[in-house]
Amino acid sequence: MTRRLSYREAMREAMREALQNDPRVFLMGEDVGRYGGTYAFSKGFLDEFGPERIRDTPLSELGFVGAGIGAALGGLRPIVEVMTVNFSLLALDQIVNSAALLRHMSGGQFPVPLVIRMCTGAGRQLAAQHSHSFEGWYAHIPGIKVLAPATIEDARGMLAPALADPDPVVIFEHCGLFNVEGELPDNGDDCAVDIASAKVRRAGKDVAIITYGGCLPKALAAAETLAQDGISAEVLDLRVLRPLDDAAIAAAVAKCRRVVVVDENWKSGGLAAEIVARIVEHAFFELDAPVARVCAEEVPIPYAKHLEEAALPQPDKIVAAVKGLFA
Amino acid sequence: MIEFKLPSLGADMDEGTLLEWKVKPGDAVKKGQVIAVVDTAKAAVDVECWQEGRVHELVAAIGEKMPVGALMATLLAAGETAPRRLGAGEAAPAGPAAPPLRRLISPAARKHAQELGVELERIAGTGPHGAVTLEDVEKAAAVPAEPPAAPVPPPAAPAADKAAEMRKAIAAAMSRSKREIPHYYVAEDIPLARALAWLSAENARRPMADRLLPAALLLKAVARALQRYPELNGYWRDGGFVPGERINLGVAVSLRQGGLIAPALLDAAAKPLTQLMQELADLVQRTRTGSLKSSELNEATITVTNLGDQGSHGVFGVIYPPQVALVGFGRVAERPWVDADGGLKALPVVTASLAADHRVSDGHRGALFLRELAELLQHPEELNR
Repeated sequence: MTRRLSYREAMREAMREALQNDPRVFLMGEDVGRYGGTYAFSKGFLDEFGPERIRDTPLSELGFVGAGIGAALGGLRPIVEVMTVNFSLLALDQIVNSAALLRHMSGGQFPVPLVIRMCTGAGRQLAAQHSHSFEGWYAHIPGIKVLAPATIEDARGMLAPALADPDPVVIFEHCGLFNVEGELPDNGDDCAVDIASAKVRRAGKDVAIITYGGCLPKALAAAETLAQDGISAEVLDLRVLRPLDDAAIAAAVAKCRRVVVVDENWKSGGLAAEIVARIVEHAFFELDAPVARVCAEEVPIPYAKHLEEAALPQPDKIVAAVKGLFA
Repeated sequence: MIEFKLPSLGADMDEGTLLEWKVKPGDAVKKGQVIAVVDTAKAAVDVECWQEGRVHELVAAIGEKMPVGALMATLLAAGETAPRRLGAGEAAPAGPAAPPLRRLISPAARKHAQELGVELERIAGTGPHGAVTLEDVEKAAAVPAEPPAAPVPPPAAPAADKAAEMRKAIAAAMSRSKREIPHYYVAEDIPLARALAWLSAENARRPMADRLLPAALLLKAVARALQRYPELNGYWRDGGFVPGERINLGVAVSLRQGGLIAPALLDAAAKPLTQLMQELADLVQRTRTGSLKSSELNEATITVTNLGDQGSHGVFGVIYPPQVALVGFGRVAERPWVDADGGLKALPVVTASLAADHRVSDGHRGALFLRELAELLQHPEELNR
């Protein structure tokens, strides 16, 4: 049997399950307790698990992410929530210089089994300081895993393996997905997913649209439009941004031979650039057309609705990019 | 670097096919020089370049069909040197890449062609920018090899196709005109006794080759009248009127195979009758043989249609967008005419009409323009200046 729930509910259920199953797990972040989470992911948790395990923090990302690292080193399994990726830049030193390096620099003696969750992306008119996508920066760093759950299944299933991982795992939840609904198995045990592979969300043969996170629904919408025009598009959801699933990317290229990479980061030095580079390195002779990218325009994300929409990847831009690969 | 782009050769042209290059890389190009021949729906046109320089690269290929505005060639201005090729590690300029010159073959197609032993040279590409794709290779592999055909110039469109294309072009321009331009019409009968008498006397003392036709006189009078009514001479562009810098009379020339073209007599007001007559004869002849210049096709600021001896009494034309007026002349014929003293006479008379764009001018001004035209034609000797 299945049941229907939203991305938000799925993520909440995953955290609740982790808190119930493992006494070492606790949640920490701005407004996660009394307010129930900026996006209501932890509503009711304070009453259920108490202030020891659901900890409101001051507005001090550098401090509380560092505290999370210390707790992980000390044997706990912290879930640290950072309100948006923009604010996480304040904690970048802790994540990049401490969390990502300690196991390596200690010869494997000090793993940091920390999970950091943060909201990313634009589309909700939150203006430039709350709308950027920096997951590509994190995917640059060896020593951490970077996840981008884009489906209800992944929102529900990715947290458990992330907590079980000996390395820090950063989970990027796109703000445009929180109200998306989908089907899940009734039994929580059937929700397990891996955090190593990319997944084909729609099979096709003429073009591979490689994407992740908030752009997945847009890519699927574009694929639907393309199907009406007789172009069969495969949609590959990367799911894991570090380490990238090179085999799945190469397989999609070999199958479809035309590729459009869709990513809400900017093009310059972005994750899409990395994916294109890998395609050229590993699958050059499979290509039957130049590789195209649909990314955010190279501007700070605007506040005005029509400008924000124009700045972001959209289904029509994806359709146009795909058609550009055919004569 | 000067970019030479395919100019628009009239409101009814949105693409052209390159037939011939008249220059090659390294050639010096003078302002106004014809550098290419482009086939449009209506005619093969000699395309002029209005910038001076040295040809750097011919981007468009013979036989290539291009939209108006497509990059055809690049020229180096005086003193400019060819840009250095980008070396490894250097950033390429941003923006969409120009269609490349060499033959494109996708990596997958090249690999597969090698596996199948298919010769890539005999495969036509259907991919982006005409690249040979995997599918092209597979299709070619399914067909037995034939000796490669010698490259042939693009075949001229058959006459029937050409006529159909011209009809389509006229249909598009005229539909647009009637859809967008609120026409108004005024007409005036103009006695030509004085003008024709002057013309006879003038022609009697000229050598045969220099003789003038009434059309030259009519055109000159239109050009002069337009000097006083500039709102009839120019274009409607982007929601407003843009006056023509000069008076370039588009002369409607009907073609023997059907259809018509209205190339321009440039700067008609400034030219003496003899020169105007020569240019008119030359223009009509070149229109009918299909060797017009691009400036003649896209610089007319108003159109004049002259039905001539075979025509009817009067004509009310359809404006050629983006122009804002059209002057029509019917057949010159003897008609009863009441002169200033109340006497009835038989005189040569022509009916002149004006179709004009009401967004730019009003009927009152249009009527005054025709009166001015009538007045000018009563003093033909003054038109010869």
